[in-house]
Amino acid sequence: MARSYGQTIVRAGFIPLVDCAPLLVAATHGFAEAEGIELVLQRETSWANIRDKVAVGHLDVAHMLAPMPIAQNLGLGPLPARMITPMALGSGANTVTVSLELFADISRTSGETSNVVDRARAIASIAQRRAEQGDRRLTFAIVHPHSMHYYELAYWLASVGMAPNRDYHLTVLPPSLMADALASRQIDGFCVGEPWGSVAVAHGSGRIIARKHEVWAAGPEKVLGMRADWAEANPDALAALMRAIYRACEWCDAPANGAALVELLMLSSHLDQPASVIEPALGLGLIGGDEHADMPSPDTRALKFATQAATFPWVSHARWIYAQMLRFGQLQWSADHIDIVSASFRPDLYRAIIGPVGVPVPSSNSKLEGALDRPVAVASATGRLFLGPDLFFDGRLFDPDAIETYVAQVAV
Amino acid sequence: MRIVIIDVNQLRAQVLEDGLREAGLSDIYIIHDMTSVMRQLVEADPDVVFIDLENPNRDMLEHMFQVSRAIQRPVAMFVDRTDTATIEAAIDAGVSAYVVDGLKKERVKAILDTAIARHNAFQRMRTELATAKTELAARKLVAQAKSLLMESRGLSEPEAYALLRTTAMNQSRTIVQVAESLVTTAGLLGKGGA
Repeated sequence: MARSYGQTIVRAGFIPLVDCAPLLVAATHGFAEAEGIELVLQRETSWANIRDKVAVGHLDVAHMLAPMPIAQNLGLGPLPARMITPMALGSGANTVTVSLELFADISRTSGETSNVVDRARAIASIAQRRAEQGDRRLTFAIVHPHSMHYYELAYWLASVGMAPNRDYHLTVLPPSLMADALASRQIDGFCVGEPWGSVAVAHGSGRIIARKHEVWAAGPEKVLGMRADWAEANPDALAALMRAIYRACEWCDAPANGAALVELLMLSSHLDQPASVIEPALGLGLIGGDEHADMPSPDTRALKFATQAATFPWVSHARWIYAQMLRFGQLQWSADHIDIVSASFRPDLYRAIIGPVGVPVPSSNSKLEGALDRPVAVASATGRLFLGPDLFFDGRLFDPDAIETYVAQVAV
Repeated sequence: MRIVIIDVNQLRAQVLEDGLREAGLSDIYIIHDMTSVMRQLVEADPDVVFIDLENPNRDMLEHMFQVSRAIQRPVAMFVDRTDTATIEAAIDAGVSAYVVDGLKKERVKAILDTAIARHNAFQRMRTELATAKTELAARKLVAQAKSLLMESRGLSEPEAYALLRTTAMNQSRTIVQVAESLVTTAGLLGKGGA
């Protein structure tokens, strides 16, 4: 593709995961070019690099963990730069994957079930038995302490009374090492974004026992993150970038583009993985690693990029993340935190930029989380919009205006 | 003061270690093997940790510093959050640093500057090496092209070189480019191939 001079260059960092797809598609399928920007992609090897390079301005924007701008603004990062997210990058596709040994133990304990509640109970009783017998504690790995992977895993296990670092050991590993760590019994399980769960299944060292949407049907995952002052200084580039990414998300959702999306993700400069481990998250391949191994994925793919407002940066999501940070002891409650947390997500920017292109955008910034058990039409100034389902697996509600009460109720 | 260097690139770790030793630091421990970083770090119990920026273990390292009871003292990153110039220089150079709280700022700054300088020196070295390789390859190409011309047209060496030079000037190309196409063409035609 010819480079047209005079285009604004936007440098975007990404981590090789299925959910970085919108950035790859925007850069390579003409969506960025159509908006007059040249999107230059840079693959990174750690979330710490993503954070630091955005903080010092080596990257303009990045594929970020949804909790990252919040953690950064609360002073949990090493650098003072203020960060925002004006847009989410879809629903994500995390899995909890466990070793073959633990999988067999869970199956013996819980019987023939694929219910995540039963499986959590089985893990709790296995953990208790190990403690009684003096065996080492179960160890679960995540990729970063401020990640949805951590909050989903900890939320799920907290429902059966298990607290991180008390009832199970928590460790951080690079995703590419997870399958080997399972095989060598350094860890018993992990919660990571695809394709790494499917990689462990293909590797013969793991089985998938829970998926992100089974814990929370419509939680946040990755976001488009950037420095607040970059967004302020480059309003036109930001708007062009967000429109391009939104169109790329719609493209990713279209079933007809599935095969092309897999081909794009497979490239050595992107994920550098075979199609067989990328397809399951996109609903194209077989469900690997559980009792339905011989059945095709359900036709309703769990991973959504644009539909059901999957790119909308809900302030209630930001507040849920903050509530989990409090709940799992990452920081102490403070009255001035709530404004910092809420201002980290910018639905106002989203509405101003994405609304005018004729896309239905939610009218409110926040919602009661976990209240919709089916798709429901909601108010939108720009068209018909369906939200939900957004249930938590334990049926609990999250009221974004009652964080203190929530944290007191869910203490493990 | 104990310093740990985490780097899979042994040469780069060596360059950094030499620099630190020159600066009078002798308690240096290098971790090349990434399979047991955590255990080795606990054993070393460092005051300062350097890790190359492209190392995927950075997230693990940060988590460990946040929660681990194994390393007693809290580890602050990049020393001084307000010293953005040094932080930028470190990221440019491709190194990140973790330092225990309570060390004298000036002392840490001097060590960090040494690490940055050494990483930059290593990068220059690598670039120079790559350039040297390219130059060597270019000289070989020109020599090959000259002997092709000498053979096929019965020219002397200076004549062959002059022909390459005039062709390059006429076509607005470099001598190396002309030599390259000549050698490639000859290779395709089965004459005097590489």
